[in-house]
Amino acid sequence: MSAARFAPGARVTVATRHPACHHRAPAYIKGRTGTVERLCGSFGNPETLAHGGDGRPAQPLYRVRFGARELWGARAEQDADTVEVEVYEHWLEAAP
Amino acid sequence: MSGGHDHGHDHGDGHDHPHPFQPDGDAGGLTEHMALVAAVRELLIEREIYSADDERRAIERMDARSPAAGARMVARAWVDPDYRERLLADGAAAARELDIEVGPTRLIVVADTPDTKNVIVCTLCSCYPRWVLGLPPAWYKARAYRARVVIEPRAVLAEFGTALPEGMAVRVHDSTADMRYMVLPARPEGTDGWDEAALAASVSRDCMIGVALPSAAVSGA
Repeated sequence: MSAARFAPGARVTVATRHPACHHRAPAYIKGRTGTVERLCGSFGNPETLAHGGDGRPAQPLYRVRFGARELWGARAEQDADTVEVEVYEHWLEAAP
Repeated sequence: MSGGHDHGHDHGDGHDHPHPFQPDGDAGGLTEHMALVAAVRELLIEREIYSADDERRAIERMDARSPAAGARMVARAWVDPDYRERLLADGAAAARELDIEVGPTRLIVVADTPDTKNVIVCTLCSCYPRWVLGLPPAWYKARAYRARVVIEPRAVLAEFGTALPEGMAVRVHDSTADMRYMVLPARPEGTDGWDEAALAASVSRDCMIGVALPSAAVSGA
């Protein structure tokens, strides 16, 4: 298991790339900034696993908490609402 | 396909007319992936890796799983604060403690509080904690639920007949990868002194997905 780069509480931004391969970062969080809620462990990378690869190196997987306003702007129902999403480390950058 | 067919049968009401019908769900024919699955299955059985009966039994076992397992976990957590703590720390281990088999599932249990209501979805496909809740309902896999509940959870819950108190925040959990989720709802009013079996009966599948709230009125107690 590779060492996890982010600790709970860290602010992270999701990459905006759109690879044609299978990937599990949903479009609605790309480019959005949230907070690491927990590290879930390390898992095979679905982007190679889904295409006959071995998934290595395993990627640390985080639960990242996003504010509803960060994701949906004025469409969000309430300020305090949140969405938590599992995101692999190679999709995350440290946010200022 | 047109909306009607002209087969001219007799309804016994003295008239003869075409009427619309709904196409069967599997009327689309065999896709490439369906053909691939069928071919691999036939090879596995032909080479005696497993038998058709093994496969049927495995499907029957999977289909027999039910939300009663999750409800037992919830009820135990309501009566035993130490168990609740273990359930929130490691859902799979807490399930096994009650002799509930969860296979390879990594289960995160999220607890409702007076301030926060939790709701589960899988926006990318239909990931669901089948070992503890059984098969997912059709709506859970529908595009409308998956697309809407992350954006307007209160509107979706209202359509399920669930109204949240003023000032309660909603936290939607999107199962996008390797974890599975189950909601630990708040124990309903009016259940003081109930035993675990009666408490479990108040917890339905939808309460553990997070779109409904347990109610003392639901249980037979």
